[in-house]
Amino acid sequence: MTLDLFFQYLFAGITYGSIYAIVAIGYNIIYNTTGIINFAQGEFVMLGGMIAITLLPLVPLPVAIALAVGITMLIGAVIEILFIRWLESPSVLRLIIITIGISILLREIALHIWGESIRSLPYFYGNEITTFSVGSVHLSPQVLWVIATCSVMVAGLSLFFKFTPTGREMRACSANRTAAILCGISTRNMVTLSFMLSAGLGALAGCVMSPITYTQYDSGTGLAIKGFTVAILGGLGNSMAAVAAGLLLGIIEAFSVSVVPLAFQDAIAITLLLIILFVKPHGIFGSGEAARLKDF
Amino acid sequence: MKKKNSLKILSLCGFVIAVQLLTLVTGTQYFLTQLTMSAYYGLVVIGLGVLMGYAGQISIGHAGFFAIGGYLSAALTTHNLLGVAENPLVKLLDQVGFLAMSQDIYGDQLLTVSPWAACLIAVGAAGLIALVLGVPVLKLKGHYLAMATLGFGTIIYRLLLATPYFGEADGISDVPSFTILPALGSLPPIVISGDFSLRVVNYYVAWGVLIIGMILLLNLIDSRVGRALRSLHSSEEAAEAVGVNTAGFKVGVFVLSAIFAAFAGVFITHYNSGIGPSEASVMKSVRYVALVAVGGMTNLWGMLIMGVSLTFLSLRGVFGSMDDAVFGVILIGVMLFAPNGVLSVREFFVTRKKETAE
Amino acid sequence: MSQQVQLPMLELQSIHKTFGGLHAVNDVSFRVDPGAIKAVIGPNGAGKTTLFNLIAGNLPPSAGAIYFQGKAIHGKKPHQIAGLGMSRTFQNIKLFHGMTALECVMVGCHLRSKAGFIGGMLHLPGSRKEEQWINKRSMELLELLEIAEYADVEATSLAFGQQRAVELARALASEPKLLLLDEPAAGLNIYETAEVARLITKIRDMGITVLLVEHDMSLVMEISDEIVVLCFGEKIAEDVPAQIQKNPEVISIYLGEDEQ
Repeated sequence: MTLDLFFQYLFAGITYGSIYAIVAIGYNIIYNTTGIINFAQGEFVMLGGMIAITLLPLVPLPVAIALAVGITMLIGAVIEILFIRWLESPSVLRLIIITIGISILLREIALHIWGESIRSLPYFYGNEITTFSVGSVHLSPQVLWVIATCSVMVAGLSLFFKFTPTGREMRACSANRTAAILCGISTRNMVTLSFMLSAGLGALAGCVMSPITYTQYDSGTGLAIKGFTVAILGGLGNSMAAVAAGLLLGIIEAFSVSVVPLAFQDAIAITLLLIILFVKPHGIFGSGEAARLKDF
Repeated sequence: MKKKNSLKILSLCGFVIAVQLLTLVTGTQYFLTQLTMSAYYGLVVIGLGVLMGYAGQISIGHAGFFAIGGYLSAALTTHNLLGVAENPLVKLLDQVGFLAMSQDIYGDQLLTVSPWAACLIAVGAAGLIALVLGVPVLKLKGHYLAMATLGFGTIIYRLLLATPYFGEADGISDVPSFTILPALGSLPPIVISGDFSLRVVNYYVAWGVLIIGMILLLNLIDSRVGRALRSLHSSEEAAEAVGVNTAGFKVGVFVLSAIFAAFAGVFITHYNSGIGPSEASVMKSVRYVALVAVGGMTNLWGMLIMGVSLTFLSLRGVFGSMDDAVFGVILIGVMLFAPNGVLSVREFFVTRKKETAE
Repeated sequence: MSQQVQLPMLELQSIHKTFGGLHAVNDVSFRVDPGAIKAVIGPNGAGKTTLFNLIAGNLPPSAGAIYFQGKAIHGKKPHQIAGLGMSRTFQNIKLFHGMTALECVMVGCHLRSKAGFIGGMLHLPGSRKEEQWINKRSMELLELLEIAEYADVEATSLAFGQQRAVELARALASEPKLLLLDEPAAGLNIYETAEVARLITKIRDMGITVLLVEHDMSLVMEISDEIVVLCFGEKIAEDVPAQIQKNPEVISIYLGEDEQ
């Protein structure tokens, strides 16, 4: 492998890896406040992309993206209020099945609105053939957009959780829900907020990746599984580790192209997921003790 | 079997015969095709039901086992082995009587694995895969188990789509018919085939298979194993304390439900004379979960009734382009409003009455 | 002398269990002689239930060894230990949801029966016969514990004391040599506690060794042959009840607790 090719793969890996990381963080936010794995997480990404694409003829790109994120957040809130909020101590099995149902519903609605055609947002800067060079490596500017957006999102989130009162309340909820309730925090609103937040994150990721990966009504499913792989890889609930794990999976996938036929590429992430689940279900960065303390 | 169940089985048999006669009288025999397929899908649902409802282990990958059964038996009975007749493995298969010669529609000689042997290999493979997968996977709980089985289902789907031996996106067609019983004296042979003239026979074969499956599972639930499964669902710790090997029983019931799914896959593939990758899709797996849920997690009869009737409606195209959406809505609706299944409403009122009577 | 050389029913050799930095059980050793009723007492948080979970195999010990009739059982799975002849009840009763009292006890017969998947599905004559035997035996146990009238009632809807009895019947159904009882009198009134005491003695008279963890001193003093006192995970005394009552260290612990 030439050095150029190596860097080409590396950047592809980082690009996809950042997206996986964002999806994983979406899982983590909801998981931390509720203990739910939201199987519809991938659909938020798809919705973000689709809504922005639909709005684009009417408004400029940044507005379309902002609106898409806002609308998806609203959808996230509606979903939580309609399907999760009023359940009294539902079993894990019930929650799994409900979120799976939600994901099917969102996908089917998307299919009826947008059909099966593959769409995409335009490149944020230049077009498909625009490249810039780092040494002898040619990269699309969109790659930078993806990486930059994801970095900003991660940084913004950690600031949000650390320094804003709402962020702190959400963390309190995840640490000990009963105690949080006793402190007067409305945990129900926190749950709604966590759905909105993770829907918004997903939607933004869906917008920046759309020019590269395209958007289709069912593009959420694959992302959901990969995002989950990353969330598990980093240890459920641990968002910083999710970033590292996301990059790791992205890079592994990118380099696997040179070894494994493209058709099997998706199987790599899933195989990796299965292996981790079997060997180290609390994630490669997570500790066993901490995992056991969490109530699965 | 308990008397109550025997009675129900008998009425089911009566119902099956009545439906056939009804289609005959009303000239709606075209319904039989979908009724036959619904029965096979029902087999998957009740098998999954024992795993999910009684043992409490979710699987969102059962379409994978269905597809392993269907695809393997399809591939084995269609791929011509004449070119590789000298291969030691093929020779071995020949010696144990697993191979059959036939002619295709162009009159060319075909050497393939015979349907019975293919069926055994396919179901055996599904069981073996379930065993190998089940040992590590069933150590997981809740979300982890759900994702792992979903992952398994997705891998099978991707592999089928990417493997030329399994026809990639086209699937496998021209699968021969499956003679379950050869002609005995004056009795005609029993053949699984989509042939127009065999419609009624196949209807009864499918429902016969489903009823046998039902009897086996009803017996199982009321046995030592069934109690062990129900106990580990409720409390693994307490089950272990009385000596139930929870890990072993979980894997056992996982394999059993995979075998049920694989049998259904084999039969339906011969009936449709083909199988496509959509049978392995995640949506199919989710659909089976939905049917178990809607029938009631601990209610085999509910699963059978809802599984067969909803599948029938779906196959008739009643839901049109909203097919998947309907199952999504069902899934959410049932889990939100009737987590014990829609047929448990009656039970709900009955127990209520009892309580007030006391 | 012959009592001395007899193989102990259960023997713990310097058992340790740590959770993170916390020493829940620290260097505990004792033995339970066959046919005895032995009690483990101690204030809240003394590590009694942890000790039980270590013996029953629900937790692996951090260090040390546990022998059951001379066989090492540390590191074995709970169902394997149960298979060797050890049975237990739980402090917070764990009956099976959706099962009648009778069915719960029938699950307890698991180890004494062997019908598998095939036998169960085909309802073979052998497993049918076994099923009748399980049914009969479970009824007998319910009668023994005087709750036969509730056989067909859903176990989890029974009164607290009756649930305890069902759990006990379930534990006895596997015909254990050693029975572990985790706070058998917790949540019971004095009459019910007296009833439990009578039952435990009855069980011992059936030839089953009993090891119990208990809070209720009256019960423990009345029925046990020997008592182990735990405090903060350490064994501070082991003696016959009369001596334990006089032990100054034990008194200070319990009085100290009273002062709070």
